[in-house]
Amino acid sequence: MTPLTTCATRPVSPATRTMFSRILTSALFAGAAAGLITALLQLLFVQPVLLHAELYESGELVHFGAEAVSAHPELPGFDAMRDGLSIVFTMLTYTGYALVMVALMSLAERMGHEVNARAGILWGIAGFITFHFAPGLSLAPEVPGVAAADIGARQIWWTATVAAAGVAMWLIAFGGNMVSYLIAAALLIAPHAIGAPEPESFTGPVPTEIGALFAARAFGVGLAAWVLLGAFAGYFWQTERKHADAKA
Amino acid sequence: MTTKTLNASVAGSAILPALFAVVLGLGIITLAGHVQASALHDAAHDVRHATGFPCH
Repeated sequence: MTPLTTCATRPVSPATRTMFSRILTSALFAGAAAGLITALLQLLFVQPVLLHAELYESGELVHFGAEAVSAHPELPGFDAMRDGLSIVFTMLTYTGYALVMVALMSLAERMGHEVNARAGILWGIAGFITFHFAPGLSLAPEVPGVAAADIGARQIWWTATVAAAGVAMWLIAFGGNMVSYLIAAALLIAPHAIGAPEPESFTGPVPTEIGALFAARAFGVGLAAWVLLGAFAGYFWQTERKHADAKA
Repeated sequence: MTTKTLNASVAGSAILPALFAVVLGLGIITLAGHVQASALHDAAHDVRHATGFPCH
């Protein structure tokens, strides 16, 4: 057998290639399936609230004007271009989440933890907390038209909070001792104790009822989406393992 | 092949693909959720709001 060390650039080993294709295949299936269902849930439950808010953002409806405004205006229906793009981008976003999640699942499995659809539900809840709930606790899911701080500052805070929450979730799941739980708690609390970037003043023209409903719907659909993503990811990870074992 | 190199190659076979997948996934999330180029922003607008990314 030729010693591997003689190669200046070592070729990718078959095991590495198998592992990568297993991660990629599981993540693509899980992301596409969960993303598609999520997109439909968002169109059904979140989009009407967003469209309602946009009537106030554009000034078509005015809150606290001379007359009381009906809470049930006629909303635009399905827009093939706009909503089609939303479906594509939701599937894309959830495929991105799935790639991260399945990669971490592969490491957890290597550490001896079983990964399947049932365990995937917990993975999904942890993912929801990491990517949606932790940043959303201080940067609440916003309807169009609300006052907000500079986008760059919010993106930096969002990214740092997601990173901290992700590490915290891993420590809670796999740390297994008091110190890691305490570090996890500190990582979860710190971004909110420091505080998210806030607007100078409130200028949003959208009624508070719509803003509250939007945040609730975004979180609700987000939790459903992530539980589905985790379960699908765990399921496909198992299935792809059987394929990989059969080939080996 | 010695046991040591075997272990090293098994470790590489697990960590490298995972690392690459994480980078790829984060790249996709950044593209879909954060990049402010107007074409991307407009196409992903409703998704960004519904998925809790900072938008506008």
